[in-house]
Amino acid sequence: MQSELLTLTGVSLAYQTVAGETVAIRDLNLKIKEGEFLAIVGPSGCGKTSVLSLIMGLLPQSAGTIRCEKPDLRMGYMLQRDHLLDHRTVEKNVLLGLEVQHRLTEQSRANAMHLLDTYGLGDFKSYKPQQLSGGMRQKVALIRTLALEPDLLLLDEPFSALDYQTRLNLSDEVYRIIRREHKSAILVTHDISEAVSMADRVAVFSARPAALKAEIPIGFPASMPPLERRRQATFHDYFDRIWEELQP
Amino acid sequence: MRSKPVSDAHARYLKSIRRDARHVRLSQIGILLFVLLLWEIGADLRWFDPFILSSPSRVIATIARLYADGSLWLHIGTTLSETVLGFLLGTALGALIAVLLWWLPKLNRILDPYLVVLNALPKIALGPVLIVWIGAGMASIVVMGVLVSLVVTTVTVLNGFLAATDEKQLLMRTLGATKLQIFTKVVLPAGVPDLISALKISVGMSWVGVIVGEYLVSKAGLGYLIVYGGQVFKLDLVMASVAILCVLAALMYYAVAFLEKKVRT
Repeated sequence: MQSELLTLTGVSLAYQTVAGETVAIRDLNLKIKEGEFLAIVGPSGCGKTSVLSLIMGLLPQSAGTIRCEKPDLRMGYMLQRDHLLDHRTVEKNVLLGLEVQHRLTEQSRANAMHLLDTYGLGDFKSYKPQQLSGGMRQKVALIRTLALEPDLLLLDEPFSALDYQTRLNLSDEVYRIIRREHKSAILVTHDISEAVSMADRVAVFSARPAALKAEIPIGFPASMPPLERRRQATFHDYFDRIWEELQP
Repeated sequence: MRSKPVSDAHARYLKSIRRDARHVRLSQIGILLFVLLLWEIGADLRWFDPFILSSPSRVIATIARLYADGSLWLHIGTTLSETVLGFLLGTALGALIAVLLWWLPKLNRILDPYLVVLNALPKIALGPVLIVWIGAGMASIVVMGVLVSLVVTTVTVLNGFLAATDEKQLLMRTLGATKLQIFTKVVLPAGVPDLISALKISVGMSWVGVIVGEYLVSKAGLGYLIVYGGQVFKLDLVMASVAILCVLAALMYYAVAFLEKKVRT
C-alpha cells in the first residue's frame, strides 16, 4: 500500500501508583500506513486503549519513540461513549472540536453540516442529544471527530456500548464513511469478528504488559463492507487464527 | 398540558389527568381554609385563649393597623432588602469561590476540611461575634444572611462542577481543549442546574440568617416585630409577622423556581 503514516518503535508505558508501578505496554513496535485500517485486539485490560492515548499524545510514553511520518498529521479520537454535551444541539456538538481548536470557519462549518446531511442526520441538527438513539448518538460523535478533518482516526471500542443489531449496522456504516473519506484508522476492540470485518490488518496484543504477539493481514478487498465480509467462508479462518493467538 | 386527544381512550386519559390535578389543588386550598376556619371558630368559642393563640381576624386586624400607621412597609422593606442582599451576595460569592476551588484543585484539597467544618457549623452561632466586629446594625444582619447561604452554595456548585469535569474531561482533552475551554464549554453549562438548586436552598437559608440576625440586633423588620411581640406578649403581632413572612418566603422561592423553568427550557 502507500507510504507510512505513523511508526512506534520500542514504546513502553508504565503507570505509577502509590501501590507501585504497573507496566501497561512493553517494547511495542507498530506501523500504520496511509489509508490503512488497523485493528488492535487483545484481552481486556491489556493496555490497548493506552496505545491510542500515547499516539494521541494524552500520555507520555516511558520509553521508545512515536514518529509521525507525515508533517502535521491530524488525528481524531473517538471514545467508547459518545460524550455528547446535553446542553448543546446536535449541530453545536458536531462543531465543538472546531470551536475548541479555533478552526470554525464558514467552510469548516459547511463541511461539518455536509457530513451530517450525507450520513442521514441532517434532519436532527436542532435536536438535543437526549432525543437521539444510541446508534445515532455514536454517529454524531463520529461526525464530531470527522469534522476536524483528521488524517488518522483513533477508534476506542466505539461500538461496545451499543446493542448487537445497532452495532453491526453502525460498524458497517462507519466503515463506509471512513473508506469514502479516505481516512486511515486504528480500531481498538476486544471483539474479534469486529476486527476481521473492518480491518486490513489485525494486531494481536498479549495480556498485560501489552506486547505485539502477531500481525495478521486480512485478505478482503477494502471495497468489501463488514456485513459482506462476515458472510465469506474465509471469515471464520481469520477468526480462528486470531482466537488461537489470543489464547495465553 | 392541554394537548389534543387522539382517540377516545386518550381523551378519557387526559380528562382523568386534569381531574387529578384539580383534586390536588382543591385539597390544598381546602386544608388552608379548614385550618383558618378552625382557628377562627376556636378563638370565637373560646376553645383556647385568643390572647395566647391569636386568630385569623386578629392577624388581619394587626396587619391593617400596621398598614394604617405606615410601619408595615418599613418592616417588610427592611427584612426583604436584607434577605435579597444577603441571598444575592451569598450566592454570587459562593459561586465565585466554587469556580476558584475548581480551578485550583490543590487549593480545594487544602481547604477541604475547613469547608466541611464551616458547612457543619451553625453559622448563627457567629451572630454575637458579628455584632461585635461589624456593629449593631443592618450590616451585621446582611452578613449573617450571606454567611448562611455562602457555604452551602459553594459546596453544591463545586460538586456540580466536579461531576461534570469527571464525565467530559477526557473528550475535551482528545479535542485539545484548554482548561478555560473545558470550563466555559462544559463545566459551566453543565453546572447551571446545580447553581439553580443552590439558589433554591440558599434562598431559604438567607431568610433564616436574616431573621436570626434581626432577633439579635435590629430596630425594624419582621424578625424585630416577632421578638418585640413575644417580649410584650402581643401574640397577634408575632402571628401577623409570621404570616407575612410565609407569603414573602413563598414568593421568593417561586421566583427562583420560575427562573429555573426559564433556564431549563
